[in-house]
Amino acid sequence: MQKRYLIPLIYILFLMLPIYWLIAMSFKTTNEILSGFSLFPQTWTFDNYKVIFTDPSWYWGYINSITYVTLNMVISIAVALPAAYAFSRYRFLGDKQLFFWLLTNRMAPAAVFALPFFQLYSAVGLFDTHIAVALAHCLFNVPLAVWILEGFMGGIPKELDETAYVDGYSFPRFFTRIFLPNIKAGVGVAAFFCFMFSWVELLLAKTLTAVAAKPIAATMTKTASSAGYELGLLAAAGTLTIIPGAIVIYFVRNYIARGFALGRV
Amino acid sequence: MKTVNQRAWFFVLPVLLLVAFNALIPIMTVVNYSVQETFGNNLFFWEGLGWFEKLLHSDRFYSALGRQFVFTGLILAIEIPLGIIVALAMPKNGFWVPVCLVTMALPMLIPWNVVGAMWNILTLPDIGLLGYLMNHVLGITYDMTQNPTAAWITIVVMDVWHWTSLVVLLSYAGLVSIPDAYYQAAKIDGASGWAVFRYIQLPKMKSVLTIAILLRFMDSFNIYTEPFVLTGGGPGNSTTLLSIDLVKIALGQFDLGPAAAMSLIYFAITLLVSWVFYTLMTKDD
Repeated sequence: MQKRYLIPLIYILFLMLPIYWLIAMSFKTTNEILSGFSLFPQTWTFDNYKVIFTDPSWYWGYINSITYVTLNMVISIAVALPAAYAFSRYRFLGDKQLFFWLLTNRMAPAAVFALPFFQLYSAVGLFDTHIAVALAHCLFNVPLAVWILEGFMGGIPKELDETAYVDGYSFPRFFTRIFLPNIKAGVGVAAFFCFMFSWVELLLAKTLTAVAAKPIAATMTKTASSAGYELGLLAAAGTLTIIPGAIVIYFVRNYIARGFALGRV
Repeated sequence: MKTVNQRAWFFVLPVLLLVAFNALIPIMTVVNYSVQETFGNNLFFWEGLGWFEKLLHSDRFYSALGRQFVFTGLILAIEIPLGIIVALAMPKNGFWVPVCLVTMALPMLIPWNVVGAMWNILTLPDIGLLGYLMNHVLGITYDMTQNPTAAWITIVVMDVWHWTSLVVLLSYAGLVSIPDAYYQAAKIDGASGWAVFRYIQLPKMKSVLTIAILLRFMDSFNIYTEPFVLTGGGPGNSTTLLSIDLVKIALGQFDLGPAAAMSLIYFAITLLVSWVFYTLMTKDD
């Protein structure tokens, strides 16, 4: 092994340390946690996980989160695909300004939007629904999806479009049969990023929900504050929030670096 | 070359409507609040630019803004070089590449309040791994609920843990796009390691580093959930960053006018600094 590989190795160990501790905590009993320090769980317990999988207020949190994240992913990709195509293939009045304006929405502090979002979605009667959170997260996910898809589409030569038209393809048929399969990776990466940012965001999701669509992360905050020291339960819930991310990341592992560069490498 | 086609507007229309609904209406609400005073019961009085004036003369705002700039400055100063160093040392191909990428990306996929809770569990003085290590093994008194310095170090290390991988992945994407021929040419010329970095790798990473710096600036400047869960802005006000202060004013004290004025100034600063960064870094192209 070369010496320089020590750097990524140490870095990864540093990254894994808090995750290890969270997982270790989730298998400890409350007694063991409070009685003092132990590097490994002394008496393994699955009670914390049992609580989560049997108590509806816990497992509905997961179902709610996954529902609005999926909705958001579908909406974001559906509207971003044609827009990204327009930006990558055509010039039109105000195209650059529009592109920059989309970027500015990524910059707005979520804290700024919390209260107005609450009022807006209450006014249109969507408060405490999955679709409200899904739509709200479009604020930052749609611009992101447009950039990523535009980056990937830019790598497809324009000759492909022209050849298809010469061959007599209509636009919708060309787009779905020829173009989409060519940017599969881009769609996957864009979907991954929509998933990621919708999954990790909490401030807006919490503001827009009360009971029916409450995200898992908000259920955790409640436990942490009301029950005081249920650290094991908190750790188990936290551990379970890592799993969906770990699964989706596995599918895009080969494209992830390019995706983070917004398709522009 | 792109062709001019005004009908392309129909393609961007759905995006435009959706983002406008989410961005313009709330921003107009904020503007509306920022020029009014309310005593509840939906009664509003015209206040003009009074809130802005008061805010720009308030010490509380400047100290929160100061803390925010210190935090963001530290984050950029640590994460950007560290990210480049890790990316340079990573293997270029083989079995370990996807393993590195997946494990490194993992912290970014954890909900932000879980990140806060996780670091809380890690740093508990007597039962957390880090807290125990510091207090009982290394003998350094460490309690971030009491000591502002400890709280600051903890939120900075937490953010380094959370987001350095973004810089690593971006730099790595830039590095692997460099053709081997460049390195061979450098070898023939007898270029030093530093020269290879300075004249081959760094220029090739420029565009991705621009994205990295912009994203890290925007996100660290807008950070709320993680430090809020970890320290709640304390001890005292020592880690009350701009967002935390803003939410305190808006939802804690329900002072909508001042909070709205603060929101707009906050947003304007983010836009301005991002724009300056962006123009400076893309000037040569």
